[in-house]
Amino acid sequence: MTALIAFVVMMSLAGLSLLANRAAANGADAAARARLIERINDLLPQTQCGRCTFAGCRPYATALAEGSADINQCPPGGDNTAEALAKLLGRPPKSVDPQFGVMPPVPMIAWIDEPACIGCTKCIQACPVDAIVGAQRHMHTVIAADCTGCELCIPPCPVDCIEMRPATTSATEVLGASRPHVLSG
Amino acid sequence: MRFPTAAPPHVVVPQTVSKVMRIVIYALLPTIAVHVVFFGPGLLIQSILAIATALATEALALHLRKKSLQQYLTDGTAIVTALLLALCLPPLAPWWLVVSGTAFAILVAKHAFGGVGMNVFNPAMVGYAVLLVSFPAQLLTWLPPDVPELRTEQLSFLQTATTILTGQLPDAFTWDAITSPTPLDALRTNLAMGMTMQEAHASPIFGGFGGRGWEWINLATLIGGIALLALRIIRWQIPVAMLGSLAVCASIMYAIDPGAYAGPVFHLTSGASMLGAFFIATDPVSAATSDRGRLIYASGIGVLTYTIRTWGGYPDGVAFAVLLMNLAVPLIDRYTVPRIYGHAKRP
Amino acid sequence: MVRGSSARGGLRLEAHKERSTRDPIGMAAAPSTAVLPLDQHAGGAAVPIVAVGDTVAIGQPIAEPAADTSAWLHAPISGRIVAIEPRASVTRACAPALSIVIDNDGREMRHSSARAIEDFLSLEPRELREHIGRGGIVGLGGAAFPSLAKLERGAQASAPTLLINGAECEPYISCDAMLMRERPHDVVHGARILMHALQAQECVIALEDDAPRAADALRAAIAQTENGRIRVQVVPTIYPSGGERQLIASVFGREVPFDGLPPDIDILCHNVGTAAATARWVRDGEPLVSRIVTITGDGVARACNLEVRLGTPISQLIAECGGYTPRVERLLMGGTMMGMALSTDEVAVVKATNCIVAASALDLEPRRREMPCIRCGNCAEVCPAFLLPQQLHVYARATDLDGLERYGLMDCIECGCCDYVCPSQIPLVERFREAKPRLATHLLARDNARAARLRFEERTARLQRLEAEQRQRLEEKRRQARRKDA
Repeated sequence: MTALIAFVVMMSLAGLSLLANRAAANGADAAARARLIERINDLLPQTQCGRCTFAGCRPYATALAEGSADINQCPPGGDNTAEALAKLLGRPPKSVDPQFGVMPPVPMIAWIDEPACIGCTKCIQACPVDAIVGAQRHMHTVIAADCTGCELCIPPCPVDCIEMRPATTSATEVLGASRPHVLSG
Repeated sequence: MRFPTAAPPHVVVPQTVSKVMRIVIYALLPTIAVHVVFFGPGLLIQSILAIATALATEALALHLRKKSLQQYLTDGTAIVTALLLALCLPPLAPWWLVVSGTAFAILVAKHAFGGVGMNVFNPAMVGYAVLLVSFPAQLLTWLPPDVPELRTEQLSFLQTATTILTGQLPDAFTWDAITSPTPLDALRTNLAMGMTMQEAHASPIFGGFGGRGWEWINLATLIGGIALLALRIIRWQIPVAMLGSLAVCASIMYAIDPGAYAGPVFHLTSGASMLGAFFIATDPVSAATSDRGRLIYASGIGVLTYTIRTWGGYPDGVAFAVLLMNLAVPLIDRYTVPRIYGHAKRP
Repeated sequence: MVRGSSARGGLRLEAHKERSTRDPIGMAAAPSTAVLPLDQHAGGAAVPIVAVGDTVAIGQPIAEPAADTSAWLHAPISGRIVAIEPRASVTRACAPALSIVIDNDGREMRHSSARAIEDFLSLEPRELREHIGRGGIVGLGGAAFPSLAKLERGAQASAPTLLINGAECEPYISCDAMLMRERPHDVVHGARILMHALQAQECVIALEDDAPRAADALRAAIAQTENGRIRVQVVPTIYPSGGERQLIASVFGREVPFDGLPPDIDILCHNVGTAAATARWVRDGEPLVSRIVTITGDGVARACNLEVRLGTPISQLIAECGGYTPRVERLLMGGTMMGMALSTDEVAVVKATNCIVAASALDLEPRRREMPCIRCGNCAEVCPAFLLPQQLHVYARATDLDGLERYGLMDCIECGCCDYVCPSQIPLVERFREAKPRLATHLLARDNARAARLRFEERTARLQRLEAEQRQRLEEKRRQARRKDA
């Protein structure tokens, strides 16, 4: 008798956890789905570049939650992000598909050749993270710290005065970002 | 002038895994000695067989895994596993019992999981559990202790060796005449037959505290265990929590019905209580990680040991209790990560 | 560390300080050539303000602070600048670092423009802090963090407590103990200056219980100043009680938040050497051009503490101490627990050089062959940051950055206690040092991603708002037009 009760209890626990897992992966109701989209979006690099064929990171996260996109579509996130997405969504892990783009070997950021810039603001309108400052008929320049390397500003420039250059991150910046006390006495 | 460089720290304690294992083996010697005094030389032969099997199977596994025999064969961990398993087996058990159990422990419980430092379960207990489930009859045929009240014919060293290696007793003996259950086993049987605790304890197989002979073995193990604590090879959390929870469970049930349940002193000095508390549950690889986790882990072992001994299907529950809590270790670890300096909450 | 509710872990180690503390502090000879790396402090490297061929005097500023956290550098000898070029430097583990090289003209000319301020209380705290910075003062406990930046941060706290760190916990190093024993007035005067610069209410000078003469000397010096706001506190001699966070926990029973600094709990910590250097600069007008260095170890004939000019080659110091013994095997800058092994002695003393150990087999205990972790937990027992090094080891091997973050890799102070006690002889500190930059880069990328997302979302909201306003205006116009028509 006790064996039967124990068996029933164990099977119910197993069944419940399976159900919970299913619900998390499929977003059984709207609130759960919204939470899932948030969790997916948190894993994405927020480059908003559109390489995944969606109009930004949140649309991609939404598609992933609905199951209409695969986990290997984000080159800026790389294999680390693909693996994290696989873990979150319970899908088999895979490498980023090169058809969505191949990242350069070092991180790149946009740079404007200021003498050549004509002040048309087309790149400013294209930048999804407000990393370019400037105004009509005034000099444009890229704020290096804010540029995510999405390259959306390159095509619109009518005079081709904007290009990608390797980013430089100092060791101090890296250490300072993670633990300020590492640099203290 | 130029110098060779090295990374700091430039001094480390000259401690090695093999040194630690050596101290554990020395601490087991009192247990082995008292065991031989009461139950004859069978344990010594079992130990030799176990150690030989352990080293041979370890060498085989290391060779298959392309690891350095010279480094890993000499780390002493296989010998400790072998000794612990031999201590759990009846002294007259046939040779193939200890050999198959040790081989399983080393090949499956240890190397199939990744070798030293990677075993999820306590290898000696896995070996014992496999033997117990597969060959229950052989594992429950113990000898009576060599005390005046139970004087039966004792086998000589040569006769013991022959029995173990051939599985046959010498002509002058029969199995019924020379074997007897362990005190824990006898207690279960007697209680099941309707005797009260006092009536069951009247049998000469029970001594002052626990089972005759067994209480001295447990005492010797306690001494070895205290030595390990003093040398800081093990820490107090696991032995104290296991023995403590075992004693608490026993006290509660004994208080409820002294006629049906054995008291804490009996439980602490019977079976593999001390061996489990100081030598088996303390296997650091399969135990919980943090101090608080170890308290929970060892308390669980104590409770499960009492439960299996009292209501379960086997006379001694230490082996299965340890294996069940080994299963629970990842969960325990997940929720007992200590708070880090400067953080408000636990990770 | 058993004092305070928050001090745990640590090791009792043999001090090995008797040899080097037998004789009083000596004066090392000035070097014939001084090599001064420009990056000998934390933060941005200093920028030269002299050129090759210039003649400089002792105490003359030769490099100014760079834009971010940085410090002044002054000439320790008088003579000619012969080069500004990369030279082997302890700041880069004996690889080349841009350095100013001065040839000593032997005339010991002193720079005249430094002012000696007797009454520092007449200065505003902010003035005093800036003045301290101009002396090239950096933390002399080993990290060489620019003191001006530290003081500015400390001044943000309200009525902070000043902690002067004399708890020299690492074996072999005795320069701070000798400083406190022989020059306690410098230390106390420096403490008073720093208190005024910070507007601190009280000051605690902490040291270990194995330096009773130093404690007595400090107490006598404090009594002479009749300053009731400075006191001495003795802590148990446990390594690493001198770690800033561990000392604060030990002395005050409070913990510095992991994502903050001591000023966040109204405490600021400075090394005793820093305090003494501050006194020499403010009171006597002598900027930081020399420091006390312990030379010790079985690999050197005589062990002692010397006051050494910056830029002195270590080979010269060894020669002044009688040269190497034939048993010498390794040369360490620092102590035996955290010291850096130098590949050559032809490198110069910098502001962070507190000790040189010429180590023989007697001083060293090298690691044996590494075994897998057996999860014994010795490491967790001794960790002063309350970490689980066995878990960090597992995650470092797997490069599991989430696991490393969760188990607090960045909270590791690299003291080496875990490494020291490991029976599997695992080089834990090395593994953690390898993993830290990887985790730091990952955390930086994550911070940048979060900031980028905020900018994107704000931009999206702004564009939507502009569009909505545009539509509203159009609607208004259409309505007005319709009204006109009607």
